[in-house]
Amino acid sequence: MSATLNVFESRGLGRALETAGAWVLGFLWVLPLLYAFWTAFHPAEFSARFALSAPLTLENFVSAWHAAPFARYFLNTVLMVTMVLAAQLVLTTLAAYAFARFEFPGRNVLFALVLVQLMVMPDVLIVENYRTMTVIGLKDTILGIGLPYMASAFGIFLLRQTFKGVPRELDEAARVEGCTPLQVLWKVYVPLARPTYLAYALVSVSYHWNNFLWPLIITNSVEARPVTVGLQVFSATDQGIDWSIITAGTLLTTAPLLIAFLLFQRQFVQSFMRAGIR
Amino acid sequence: MYGWLLLLPAMALLALFTHYPAIANLWHSFLATPKGERPAGFVGLENYEQLVEDPIFWQALSNNLWYAVGTIPVSIAIALLMAVWVNDRIPGRGLLRLAYFTPTVLPMIAVANIWLFFYTPEYGLLEQFTGAFGMPSHNWLGSKSTALPALMIVTIWKEAGFFMIFYLAALQSMSPHLADAAAMEGASRWYFFRRVTFPLLMPTTLFVLVNAVINAFRLVDHVVVMTRGGPDNATELLLYYIYEIGFRFWDSAYAAALTMVLLAILGLCALAQFFFLERRVHYQ
Repeated sequence: MSATLNVFESRGLGRALETAGAWVLGFLWVLPLLYAFWTAFHPAEFSARFALSAPLTLENFVSAWHAAPFARYFLNTVLMVTMVLAAQLVLTTLAAYAFARFEFPGRNVLFALVLVQLMVMPDVLIVENYRTMTVIGLKDTILGIGLPYMASAFGIFLLRQTFKGVPRELDEAARVEGCTPLQVLWKVYVPLARPTYLAYALVSVSYHWNNFLWPLIITNSVEARPVTVGLQVFSATDQGIDWSIITAGTLLTTAPLLIAFLLFQRQFVQSFMRAGIR
Repeated sequence: MYGWLLLLPAMALLALFTHYPAIANLWHSFLATPKGERPAGFVGLENYEQLVEDPIFWQALSNNLWYAVGTIPVSIAIALLMAVWVNDRIPGRGLLRLAYFTPTVLPMIAVANIWLFFYTPEYGLLEQFTGAFGMPSHNWLGSKSTALPALMIVTIWKEAGFFMIFYLAALQSMSPHLADAAAMEGASRWYFFRRVTFPLLMPTTLFVLVNAVINAFRLVDHVVVMTRGGPDNATELLLYYIYEIGFRFWDSAYAAALTMVLLAILGLCALAQFFFLERRVHYQ
């Protein structure tokens, strides 16, 4: 992100006002998070009382961790996210390659059919997909959560754009060397699309880590529940509205994603940008 | 032939979980909900008649429209403002970007929990703040007039940073020569923004707009956590109502009819997008 010189950048008083505005907005934006942190790291009697003398504690996190099988929930989420991403990468790569470099009857119609999913996401078709999952016996399984998302129109679209940008000469050179189409895909297209894969992977992981409604519907046991649903079950059952513990649980479940985001902030932001410009 | 083979796995899954359910849903909306041993019989438009006479459906629909109207323009405006600010070399730019963008990576469900606490009567930060100014205690999520606006604020908070990214990307790809040329002509900063920057950002605005509209109808996680559609259906949104009918009252036929309404709305968005925005990109 280069800082280009802009002749219209404000100066003097205008500059000061804008800076102040930006900081006020920034402060407002982190306020709810700061409040959650305060509550989670202090004993319950300080949960809504601000005093510099308030002792810090990790007690709330310990209680939250013991109050629900979060370890299992985390394992389920990690398994689900990994499974979805792996399947997405394979399926979208093959499909995008077909759309980008092969001529076959019905290509445009099929591509339009793929794009339908950009609007009609599985999130909306919950009633019918639940019926389907019941029929094929995947209700309350981790595979059942992930399966509807594995063929991703967004991924196909993104990779197709990238593959189309690969110079034809490279493709033809590899074929002259005697590569089969799949070898060309593996040796030419996939390595050149690495930034797109990274971008797509980050967007996909954060989407599926955060997904809630469909997993809520399709799971009803500890063995299948992802961490988002686990958090809801945990905070909705009788905790006696102990906000310290609930916020601790909330932060606990978001910690891996939040830490990953803080560490790879640049890549995250650039990935979202890349995924957005199409 | 090879192309077909490459496509097969992805198309099969898409057909099973996107195309088939959309069509099956239409069919099921003409059937009755099966009860016990009795199979679902054909009832024609009965589910739709029920829908037309269902006041909660109309309320959910109107809530959802208000929710869209209340969240989309504000979050887009804030996103644009954020992007312009963090595109300038403002002090603490990196930190500000971080602050604006962080809500985007958090799960909506966690965000909802945090805000639920924020809004709690007497305890929550908001109440402490208003209380410090001597204002009477108010149950923000518990009263009909403020519950939906309270949810809207959460949505704006979560989405503005996400949309900011797209504006930022667009601003950074803009040629600095434009500004130089305009400055030479004696244009003011505001004039330049209004007449040059903003029109050039139009494709981004449309892209963000479409995404925002879809999200307004697709994302109801916070309703589940914060209000469950209440009080008195004041925060009932369409998808949440479908969830309630389908998975709490197990009336799958009526839920199918409701889903058709949602699909129709999304279909309209798709058409709008196709005509205004994507034609150029998709079929180049």
